Amino acid sequence: MTLELFLQYLLAGLTYGSIYAVVAIGFNIVYSASGVINFAQGEFVMLGGMIAGSMARLLPLPLAVAVAVAATAAVGALVELVFVRWLVRPTVLRLVVITIGVAILLREAALSIWGEGVRSLPYFTGDELSAFSLWGVRVSPQVLWVLGTTVATVALLRLFFGHTMLGWEMRACANNRDSAALCGIPTRRLLTLSFALAAAIGALAGCVVSPIAYTSYSVGGSLAVKGFTVAILGGLGNSSGALAAGLVLGVLESLSVSLWPTAYKDVVALTVLLGILSFRPSGLFGSREASRLGEAG
Amino acid sequence: MRAGPRVRVAVLAAAVAALQLALSGAGKGFYLTQLTMAAYDTLAALGLSLLMGYGGQISLGQAGFFAIGGYTSARLTTLDLGPPSGSGLARALAALHLASFRPDFAGGELLSVAPLAALAAALLLGAAVAVAIGVPVLRLRGHSLAMATLAFGVIVSSVVVGTEALGAADGLHGVPPLALGPFLRVGGGPSHRVENYYLAWGLVVVTASLLENLVHSRAGRALRALHGSEDAAGAMGIDAAALKRKTFVLAAVLATAAGAFTAHLDGGIGPAEVSAMRSVRYVALVAVGGMGNLWGTLAASAVLCFLSLRGTFGVHDDAVFGGILVLSMLFAPEGILHADLGALAARLRGREAG
Repeated sequence: MTLELFLQYLLAGLTYGSIYAVVAIGFNIVYSASGVINFAQGEFVMLGGMIAGSMARLLPLPLAVAVAVAATAAVGALVELVFVRWLVRPTVLRLVVITIGVAILLREAALSIWGEGVRSLPYFTGDELSAFSLWGVRVSPQVLWVLGTTVATVALLRLFFGHTMLGWEMRACANNRDSAALCGIPTRRLLTLSFALAAAIGALAGCVVSPIAYTSYSVGGSLAVKGFTVAILGGLGNSSGALAAGLVLGVLESLSVSLWPTAYKDVVALTVLLGILSFRPSGLFGSREASRLGEAG
Repeated sequence: MRAGPRVRVAVLAAAVAALQLALSGAGKGFYLTQLTMAAYDTLAALGLSLLMGYGGQISLGQAGFFAIGGYTSARLTTLDLGPPSGSGLARALAALHLASFRPDFAGGELLSVAPLAALAAALLLGAAVAVAIGVPVLRLRGHSLAMATLAFGVIVSSVVVGTEALGAADGLHGVPPLALGPFLRVGGGPSHRVENYYLAWGLVVVTASLLENLVHSRAGRALRALHGSEDAAGAMGIDAAALKRKTFVLAAVLATAAGAFTAHLDGGIGPAEVSAMRSVRYVALVAVGGMGNLWGTLAASAVLCFLSLRGTFGVHDDAVFGGILVLSMLFAPEGILHADLGALAARLRGREAG
């Protein structure tokens, strides 16, 4: 493989990896706040891309993206309100099965609304032809949008959880829900908020990646599994870890395509998942604390 | 205490026979084909019922084992080994009666692995993979276990789609019937419908009553203790890891058998039949039939798989199973027979008031 080709694969890997990282961060937000692994997280990415795709015909692009993010956030909140909130001391098994069911229902709803066709948004800036060369690598402007959005999301979340009252409350709620409630924090409302936030972030990722990786009703499942792989790899609850792990997985997957048939691409990611779960469930970048949290779930 | 299951087996056997007589009598014998396919799905669901319903260990990988069974049988029985005088392998297999001739498309004869030998190979492979996967994966709990088993299932189906030798997207065709005796045959087309039906449901009835015995044995009680609390079970001297592993392997072998039989029944197998959705369906069947309720799983599986195979749910097939998952786990986590409607109504009222 020439250096240029290697760099080209690397760039593609980083692009997809950053999407996996965003899905993983969605898992983290909900998991931290509620101890729930929401198997429907990948469907939020799909919904974001699909809704924005439809809206872009009626509205200018930024507005279409905003509508998609807001609508998906509402769906996320609704999922929590309808399916999770009122369960009394649910077992993990029950929550896993319910969120899988919700994922299927969302996917099937998307299928009946949008059909089987793929959809995509126009490039945010420039178009397919306006890629520029960097050290011999063709860089599409949309790739910069994807990478930029991911970095901005991680930075903003860091600000949110580190420097705002609401962020502090959510962390308190994640740390010990009973103590948080005793301090007057509306823990239930924050749970709903965490689902909405995770859905909104997922939808945003679905929108920015839509111009280069077409969206169809069925993409959610594989995104969820890969996002979960990244969340575990980075250590559950650790968003910077998720970013690093996402990029690692994306690059691994992308390089695997140069060695094996494309159909085996998923096998690479999932073998990583099986390996990491079996031998280092705290993740590459995770602490022992996170590992205990994971097992308690 | 032990009369109950025996009565249930008798009732089930009578129902199986009555259904066949009624359908054949009414000239609706073609329903038997879907009922036969539903029986093999039930076999896989029964395995999961033991693992998930009694042991509390979720597996989203049953379709992976179904695939291992189906594809191993299909691949081996459609191999072209050449003439018996040819390669050493062909000679050895033919000498041991492990290979048999079957007609090829051109009217000639083709030497392939005999269906029974292929079935044995499939079951061995399924069990071996289950042991290999089970040791690391069963150390996990909750959502990690769910994701790891899901990953296994998706890996198997991706490998199947990506491998030319397994027919890639087209799947494998031309799988010969599996003859277990003069009147016991899996597959062979519509003329063998009735014997297929009895063989399949016979297997289900025997499996269900064996599992029922297992559940009421020392091992079964230990398994249920595991569901309650793994730590407490461990304190009582139960080797939780070994017990989980054995149950996982048993469930996997049942799914493997289901896959192999289905491949013979249909005369082929394709990637659409081994997608992750199939695993989710098995979980839905166990969930709606009731956690820790073999007979509930059996009934749910027979009815729902039959309706699904008949195409009753149309394009909403997957949605129906998704809805079943959500509804049964929301409102009746112990199964629909144990639905606590009073508490549900009270809760809904409380929500309206609040």
